[in-house]
Amino acid sequence: MFVVPAYAQQEVPAGQDAAHGEVIEGTETGHGEGSFPPFEPASYPSQILWLAIIFGLFYLFLKRVALPRLGGILEVRRDRIAQDLDQAARLKQEADEAIAAYEQGLADARKKANLIGQKARDAAKADADAERRKVEAGLEKKLAEAEARIGEIKASAMQDVGAIAEETTAAIVQALIGGSVGKAEVASAVRSSSK
Amino acid sequence: MANDPIHQFQISRWVPIEIGGLDFSFTNSSAFMVATVVAAGGFLYLSTASRGLVPSRMQSVAEMSYEFVANMLRDAAGSQGMRFFPLVFSLFMFVLFANLFGMFPYFFTVTSHIIVTFALALLVIGTVIVYGFMKHGFGFLKLFVPEGVPGILVPLVVAIEVISFLSRPISLSVRLFANMLAGHITLKVFAGFVTSLGAMGAIGIGGAILPLAMTVALTGLEFLVAFLQAYVFAVLTCMYLNDALHPGH
Repeated sequence: MFVVPAYAQQEVPAGQDAAHGEVIEGTETGHGEGSFPPFEPASYPSQILWLAIIFGLFYLFLKRVALPRLGGILEVRRDRIAQDLDQAARLKQEADEAIAAYEQGLADARKKANLIGQKARDAAKADADAERRKVEAGLEKKLAEAEARIGEIKASAMQDVGAIAEETTAAIVQALIGGSVGKAEVASAVRSSSK
Repeated sequence: MANDPIHQFQISRWVPIEIGGLDFSFTNSSAFMVATVVAAGGFLYLSTASRGLVPSRMQSVAEMSYEFVANMLRDAAGSQGMRFFPLVFSLFMFVLFANLFGMFPYFFTVTSHIIVTFALALLVIGTVIVYGFMKHGFGFLKLFVPEGVPGILVPLVVAIEVISFLSRPISLSVRLFANMLAGHITLKVFAGFVTSLGAMGAIGIGGAILPLAMTVALTGLEFLVAFLQAYVFAVLTCMYLNDALHPGH
């Protein structure tokens, strides 16, 4: 396209144009009205021959070198992507397994902790019960002792009450009747009246 | 002459070669075929040189073109069609790079010559016929007899199918050739308006703005066409190859 007029060919006779070479008969412009280069059979053998050679070489080059290389690149990439996806899937599975194992461990540990807690609670309760029983037994013993002492004190106090009554009676009798009364009489009189 | 839109399709000998009275000269067309192939092959080779697991930009483009054509072929012809992948990919890259090369100013457009596109189309149809007969023997001819057609209509349908099959290389080559040719002529004509109007002084320069804008727009369109025609060529190749693989429809 955009081929600027071939001034060279206007000025120089055909065949001497060094830059463009000799124009094939009939395909030169200006000469021979109505000639149209694509429909000039004179140029066909040359075009067919060179097309066959050049396109043939191009085909062989692509078939032997360029296309296997391109196909190889694409295949390597496809394999690599598939491989990476496989690896990702495997890693994910491993991660899932690890999570499951962790959950299991956690559940076990929780169960064990509950067990230990229960045991500790039971032991503490048993200790507390034993302690309480011991304390209660001690308290009861002390109570019994205290009651026994109270009984003793009461008995001795009662005895003392008898002696005081006898003394008081003797004193009262002496004051009333003047004269002394026998100690034994007073004691029997008090005892009989206090019964 | 100054704005001759046909001049760009002219073929000139660079290295004259003549064998048996036929002209096999190395021409500007041949040179641009070499350039096309070197650019396409070099791009694919160098961009994948590092074989990066994470592709660079250029490698990404090469991979995209690979998968683009691979998916196209697999969709059209199934996984069996992948045996033709190097052929379809070569055709796609060759046509695409040839079309894109044509977009450079002063460059020759290889695909703007009917003989080139026709040769490529014959290569495709030849592959279809040879592989079809190799794989299915005469069963390949079932391609021309669709199932479920009433007996009376069979000759008519077969005639239509044969004509449609024979016209494939023509439609395949003419589509590409005509698109490139017409696009480049249009571009040249509009660009020619800019220079001829520009030579007419101030008013001409003002008037040249319109064809200039048109040229810019057409350039964009031509880039689209360059890609689109390469794609269409490759897709139709895939569909024809599908016929060779599965002739029973």
